Amino acid sequence: MTTVTPTATTAPTATVAELLSHLRFPTSGPGPAWLTQARHRSAEWATMRGFPTLKDEDWRYTRLGPLLDVPFERAEAGADHRISSSTIEALTIDAESTRLVFINGFFAPELSSMTEVPDGVTVTNLASVLAEGGAGLEPFFSHPFGEHDHAFTALNTCLFEDGAFIHLPAGSLVTAPIELVFLSEAQGSPVVSNPHSLILAGPGSRVAVIETYAGNTGAITCTNTVTQVVLEEGAQVEHYKVQDEPDTGFHLALLDVRQGPESRFSSGSVALGSKIARNEVRVRLEGEGAEAAIDSLYLPCADQHHDNPILIEHAAPRCTSRQLYKGIADERGHGVFNGRIIVWPGAQGTDASQTNKNLLLSDHAEIDTRPRLEIFTDDVKCTHGAAVGALDEEALFYLRSRGVPHEAARALLTYAFAREVLDLIPSESLRTHVDTLVADQLLTDHDATGARSDE
Amino acid sequence: MMLQIENLHAQIGENEILRGVNLEVAAGEVHAIMGPNGSGKSTLANVLAGHEAYDITGTVLFEGEDLLALSPEDRAAAGVFLAFQHPVEIPGVGNLYFLRTALNSVRRQRGLGELDVMGFLALARERMKLVEMDESFMSRSVNEDFSGGEKKRNEILQMTVLEPKLAILDETDSGLDIDALRIVAGGVNALRGPDRALVVITHHQRLLDYIVPDQVHVMAGGRIVRSGDKHLALELEAHGYADLGQEVASDRSASVGATP
Ligand SMILES: Nc1ncnc2c1ncn2[C@@H]1O[C@H](COP(=O)(O)OP(=O)(O)OP(=O)(O)O)[C@@H](O)[C@H]1O
Ligand SMILES: [Mg+2]
Repeated sequence: MTTVTPTATTAPTATVAELLSHLRFPTSGPGPAWLTQARHRSAEWATMRGFPTLKDEDWRYTRLGPLLDVPFERAEAGADHRISSSTIEALTIDAESTRLVFINGFFAPELSSMTEVPDGVTVTNLASVLAEGGAGLEPFFSHPFGEHDHAFTALNTCLFEDGAFIHLPAGSLVTAPIELVFLSEAQGSPVVSNPHSLILAGPGSRVAVIETYAGNTGAITCTNTVTQVVLEEGAQVEHYKVQDEPDTGFHLALLDVRQGPESRFSSGSVALGSKIARNEVRVRLEGEGAEAAIDSLYLPCADQHHDNPILIEHAAPRCTSRQLYKGIADERGHGVFNGRIIVWPGAQGTDASQTNKNLLLSDHAEIDTRPRLEIFTDDVKCTHGAAVGALDEEALFYLRSRGVPHEAARALLTYAFAREVLDLIPSESLRTHVDTLVADQLLTDHDATGARSDE
Repeated sequence: MMLQIENLHAQIGENEILRGVNLEVAAGEVHAIMGPNGSGKSTLANVLAGHEAYDITGTVLFEGEDLLALSPEDRAAAGVFLAFQHPVEIPGVGNLYFLRTALNSVRRQRGLGELDVMGFLALARERMKLVEMDESFMSRSVNEDFSGGEKKRNEILQMTVLEPKLAILDETDSGLDIDALRIVAGGVNALRGPDRALVVITHHQRLLDYIVPDQVHVMAGGRIVRSGDKHLALELEAHGYADLGQEVASDRSASVGATP
């Protein structure tokens, strides 16, 4: 499994050092001294480490050449943007929610809307917290990602300008989902942005957060985003992500989650956008009895590449994790599921499951699936399974024999395949929103959007 | 003539399954097809519905038109309906939504207006009552986890909603309890009329007490080897297929080819 064909090793065009100097690192941004130091250490580390190549186990499916060839410029603060409030409205899921909008990684207060949050809860932009010293945040930036770090997360530390900061003290509850909208925009030269968000859920607190990524059509942008989530004892966090950037751009994301005892984390995401998207998820179950559920739908079509590296670490007893990843690859789309579960010694009573199902809609589409289990303890329950298939020909014939035209029947079955993941989204407004996006992509000119409304 | 089948052959790979079927069904008639397992009855039904797995020669005219030239959906629109012997389960596609999509597709292709949700619901409810199907089945995925008999009822429901001219029922009676059999027969008889025809594939003479056939055919080795009136079914019930004699026997050995 670990062999790499000789032709597959491409030497990246730019080195990390060249990129950093091209992006004018270091910039004398505001912020505490420890952050400046952390940025420099990250730069050194990334320079030494270099960009990942296809030889790196976790990058073997994602060719970075097309990304590293692009002469990206650093996004400018306050640069004239053409984002209107109607663009934001179209991306709005619930008009009543708190919404933070970022353009190319910079906070756009004029497009954001803040609603009242309970006492003690902070929902703001990270830069404003760091400008006041960022007390207690140093550990999130000094050595955040341990042995699984790679150049892009390090570059995010070097270069990030802003992102969301959500903090919930013990026992606090935010009922309506908080919407984080990340827009990437390039009007001329290609632009790279590095949003960095922190979601810190204190003991017994509860919150739901939706991250939306979008951009202007045709823009060549690279979004290199990191979101860190920490759940203390008994906290519950629902995290959703809609990745719908233009298919001319690049999206590199890390969702890094750490969970305390009896905490519950769930993540639901759909990937529709970008030319190359890598949606990395790492969850570390550190406290006894923690639960994580990670569900995702990825829909690479045209020439899109969607890579899903997932790492779930069971590091405490009696934790539960579940993954359901479903991919639909059409045209020349390439989908990757690279899911790894590690059950560390001492994590007895682990219950882990991992399911990856894929639908190949064209002869030129490609799916790679690699579920991996590494178990270092006894008394665990682990299941995993992966499947790649085409549409069920007999089901197709059945629909057609009832008068449903071929294309519509295909679309109906494809949408049905996707629904298993969509149905797991508990919020109705979000489900409807995502449903529409998915139906738009899968059903193009067929009326099947009523598929749910009848029931 | 509604349906004219002439010298129909169908094969998959080297396996010739239909070996020269001839059959004529006039509007208003009910034909029963019986015959041993593996004789090609379902294959004939599939070929008529437009299944694409087979290499086909011969001619099939439906109301004078070349049926074999039509796609499955166009056949449905033209008025052909097959109640499958083994209806597939389609997870994720709601039964009611499927039924409405099917009806509106067929109506569109027939040049009729689409039914709106309310109009459709009224029709669906009425037909569900006819086949005594509980509304709870409508919110489930098509056939998913339906019992054998429930699947068959769902086929008949679809038939009564789509109102085909030619309905082919492939062992719809298998797996039905006595009550269900009566209900299904009721659904079928409700659809009967001078401009509709029915082909009923069955192993049980019993069904033909409810749906009385004008003609009974026996299929063996990929051919129709005997035809008669409803008494033929009784005769088969009493004596089995062995009495059909030489014809069936030679056809069956021919169809297994080289096997000694
Ligand atoms: N896809 C296929 N590939 C190969 N052989 C097939 C295929 N489908 C059917 N056959 C064969 O063709 C023959 C006829 O099958 P068919 O299903 O038409 O029989 P039948 O008369 O409906 O039988 P039954 O009464 O058991 O339903 C059988 O021998 C079957 O094994
Ligand atoms: Mg059969």
